[in-house]
Amino acid sequence: MKINLSHGNGGMETAKLIDEIFMPYFKNEYSKGMEDAVTLKTSGEIVFTTDSFVVNPIFFPGGDIGSLAVCGTVNDISTAGAVPKFLSIGFIIEEGFQTDNLHKIAKSVRDVADEAGVKIVTGDTKVIEGNGGIYINTAGIGEMKSSSVHISDAKDGDLLIVSGDLGDHHACILSSRMGIQNNIKSDVAPLNGLVQALISENINIRGMRDITRGGLATVLCEISKSCGFRIEINEESLPVSKEVSGLSGILGLDPLYMGNEGKMLFIIPNEEAENAINILKSKKYGENATVIGQISSGNGVVLRTKLGGKRILQPLMGEGLPRIC
Amino acid sequence: MKLEQVISALQNYKKEIKIMEVCGTHTSAIVKGGIRDLISPSIRLVSGPGCPVCVTPKMYIDRLVDYAFAENTTVLSFGDMFKVPGTKYSLSEAKAEGASAEVVYSPLQSIELAKLHPEKQFIVTAVGFETTAPIYALLIEELIKENINNVKILTSLKTIIPALRFLCEHEVVDGFLSPGHVSVIIGSDAYNELCENYKKPFVIAGFDTEKILLAIYDIIYQIEKKDVRVENMYESVVSKKGQKAALSILDKYFESCDAYWRGVGEIKDSGLILKEEFSRFDAGSRSVLPDKADKHCRCGEVILGRIYPNECAMFGKACTPLHPEGACMVSSEGACGIWYANGGAN
Repeated sequence: MKINLSHGNGGMETAKLIDEIFMPYFKNEYSKGMEDAVTLKTSGEIVFTTDSFVVNPIFFPGGDIGSLAVCGTVNDISTAGAVPKFLSIGFIIEEGFQTDNLHKIAKSVRDVADEAGVKIVTGDTKVIEGNGGIYINTAGIGEMKSSSVHISDAKDGDLLIVSGDLGDHHACILSSRMGIQNNIKSDVAPLNGLVQALISENINIRGMRDITRGGLATVLCEISKSCGFRIEINEESLPVSKEVSGLSGILGLDPLYMGNEGKMLFIIPNEEAENAINILKSKKYGENATVIGQISSGNGVVLRTKLGGKRILQPLMGEGLPRIC
Repeated sequence: MKLEQVISALQNYKKEIKIMEVCGTHTSAIVKGGIRDLISPSIRLVSGPGCPVCVTPKMYIDRLVDYAFAENTTVLSFGDMFKVPGTKYSLSEAKAEGASAEVVYSPLQSIELAKLHPEKQFIVTAVGFETTAPIYALLIEELIKENINNVKILTSLKTIIPALRFLCEHEVVDGFLSPGHVSVIIGSDAYNELCENYKKPFVIAGFDTEKILLAIYDIIYQIEKKDVRVENMYESVVSKKGQKAALSILDKYFESCDAYWRGVGEIKDSGLILKEEFSRFDAGSRSVLPDKADKHCRCGEVILGRIYPNECAMFGKACTPLHPEGACMVSSEGACGIWYANGGAN
């Protein structure tokens, strides 16, 4: 069956769509009442964020727009050091969209939300004219259980750790669009488990950023600017899989500027870095965690090349790859 | 000789020498590899005219923009061309004003679009060197085979050897790091005549930092020994005679013509244009006029190896990738854009 404009009329057809496709996956103690607004209980400070997802193609190796929509917001909440608890989800569906695919997306939203331990507590559906596309917005609330994390707390001598290989999501989406056959999968994943593992082991996280659009280089430039320090990274320690490295070599792309959807950058005091790496490596999604460089006095972001040359990194400029998330 | 010894020799070299890397991919590799940091400042590595976007004239962009505004007409182009400034608009600015222009990953995508929209005229931008030119020949072959009549190409295709000859005759360059990708197509023998006539080293190399350092060392070694030659250090992909299939399809559809290079001027026999018998697929490439001189933009001097990008007063100030004045700031292969993106403005 295909979605048509009447599914968005707010009447019988909309109710049927929600009952038959969304509720089987999203029903819980908060959503079952189908109220216009939901009442939530939290303990103390909360963090709140929102993100929209327009990825093309909507299904790709390793995930789909549904898993992306959950992970994106869960990871944004996690970067503040908070525990993600509640999510809203809004679907904007173009007429002609296959309901089978809507089932697949709803299932994947539910599965990743379950994995991340967040509840989908409210939602919305709109149908618009178009050509069978779909767009999703999620907003999320997280509880602050420990003190919040701000990049500006970074200090001279702190080390930078990435939780795994760079550029996987970008390379996967690009391969799908260009019809290139390879084994590259998106790394889309909820990272709250990694973050909470470090917090519960009392690692003093000075800053966190999830490495999405713009890639590591752009994130580092933003960090350098906001904390007022120089960042130096080593080319040799940057983790990039062989497949991604090969693909980017052929297409003239730079993994430093390619986006991920399941990688976190941590700033950790030098003396705690080894412990942090061991914790990350023992957890799912952190197996390839590694130290890539350090914070020092000065400004700007510098890459030390394999042979000892110096390259100054700037934020991504230009379009990049559109509709990557 | 070990790499450490090569680096040490290059670090301690004292004589002033100017080596030109002809293609943008080498410029990018040199900057990204931090190579200037590893060698003596007396070895001046300058950029050449090998970035196709950088040498495409303003008047060509203007013609594309005219097409994009024309009724029932869509311009199809690689993304790089979209931001190149024309006299009034870039394609990207024209699109924001309502003109019809789309980014394609391959010119061959125009075939499907033409079939889907037989009522529309599609203009494909054909810009590039010997590396990209064969795909436009292939496009024409497919258009003929499938009897498609609503696709035309507007060409600003260039060939590298006449440009290198021009440089040897008019500029002071001691040696050339020859372009890797173009050499795959034209073969290493293509440089023999230039090497013999102008007594300069031509070294073809890959794009790793190590390979480029070895090539620079080889160029200096040749000059010191006064024994210049064409050296192919990229033998895994570059043969003596080049790619026969690519060269023969080029020959089938294109002939050479005098061509205008943005910022440089007209260079004899340095362009490729559709042969007369295929002119029905040509969107008027022969009638694109040369640019008027631009007083402020020094892109021409950058790609002739006279100045480094940051020696232009506009670099990083009036001219940035977000607001490019010159074409060299636009492209990912353009010297100014590469320098800027890698901190050259600081």
